[in-house]
Amino acid sequence: MRELWDLFVVFARIGGFTFGGGYAMLPMLEKEVVNGRHWADEEELMDYYAIGQCTPGIIAINTATFIGYKIRGIPGAIAATLGVIAPSLVIITIIAAFITNFMELQLVKSAFAGVRACVCVLVFTAVVKLTKKALADRAAIALFLIVLALSLFTGVSPVILVVAAGAAGIFLKRKEGEKK
Amino acid sequence: MSVLLELAVRFFLCGLFAIGGGLATLPFLYDIAQETGWYTAQDVSNMIAISESTPGPMGVNMATYVGYHVEGLVGAIVTPLALVLPSVIVIVAVSRILDQFKTSRLVQHALYGLRAASAALIAAAGLGVAKIAFLHTDLLAQAGSALGENLPALFNWKSICLAVVVYLGIVKWNFHPILYIVFSAAVGILFQFQ
Repeated sequence: MRELWDLFVVFARIGGFTFGGGYAMLPMLEKEVVNGRHWADEEELMDYYAIGQCTPGIIAINTATFIGYKIRGIPGAIAATLGVIAPSLVIITIIAAFITNFMELQLVKSAFAGVRACVCVLVFTAVVKLTKKALADRAAIALFLIVLALSLFTGVSPVILVVAAGAAGIFLKRKEGEKK
Repeated sequence: MSVLLELAVRFFLCGLFAIGGGLATLPFLYDIAQETGWYTAQDVSNMIAISESTPGPMGVNMATYVGYHVEGLVGAIVTPLALVLPSVIVIVAVSRILDQFKTSRLVQHALYGLRAASAALIAAAGLGVAKIAFLHTDLLAQAGSALGENLPALFNWKSICLAVVVYLGIVKWNFHPILYIVFSAAVGILFQFQ
């Protein structure tokens, strides 16, 4: 029971400070889940993100469910997922109920402009840290650059990119095996 | 009751078929607006703005907002739960399969490729935010040929300074990300960031 509560609280904290899409969760996950609780390592986190991209549902929820399930099975998956959505539920309900022109408030605009700059830096440092292992050789770095370019400059769906990268991984590694 | 049930079913389907980040739920939100008349397309753009500038994953925020809009407090609870239910079911199933085939070399090799792609997609999303945070994108659109002369005006210097400070802070202390976020929000308000 304690562990479930732990999962709920940690993921509520993560949900409460995720500004933007699921990628904005990464710095928090790295701090809380990888370094803090050792619930998953860097590689697992990258796996969850990749699989979370191309399975139904939004990434943030998928990643939380993955980690929750790994720690405590189905109850864990539910606890972590409820944790991520709890802050949204409270905050959005309050805004929807009481603040009619939330986005017009200069205070909100300014605060969020600051947060945006911060999130960029946090995501950047988290990506650097997490990908050290994932980008260990030249082939992986090439794959990283190709996917980055395609995703920045073309409208190719992330689903296709992830599936293609998986296939490329199988192909590259098999070739490597043949050489040996 | 029937409206509540319809909300739940529609957002369950949204969760099942929206793949990727929170923005993937958008086409579904427009569809629902059109078919039910619960809210307008204008409401959707408000929802996006609010969801982006409040904590929590965007998809969940939008679902909560729609739920509250249509059915009040009960709707605000039921709708996000319906949205995440497919995730829980699918990911639990995937986890089980992954556990079983973890040692398979084929899966190992596929994951090798997936991790590189995953890192790239996160980096791309980060760059997207960086563009909004550090450039005056509205100027970018209208500047066109005069871009060369106005180059310094294009950058949001306040935000860039803040980013540098935050980066140095992370390198030196490595505090919890929450601290940096709260600090940056305070700086934004204090120095009236636009």
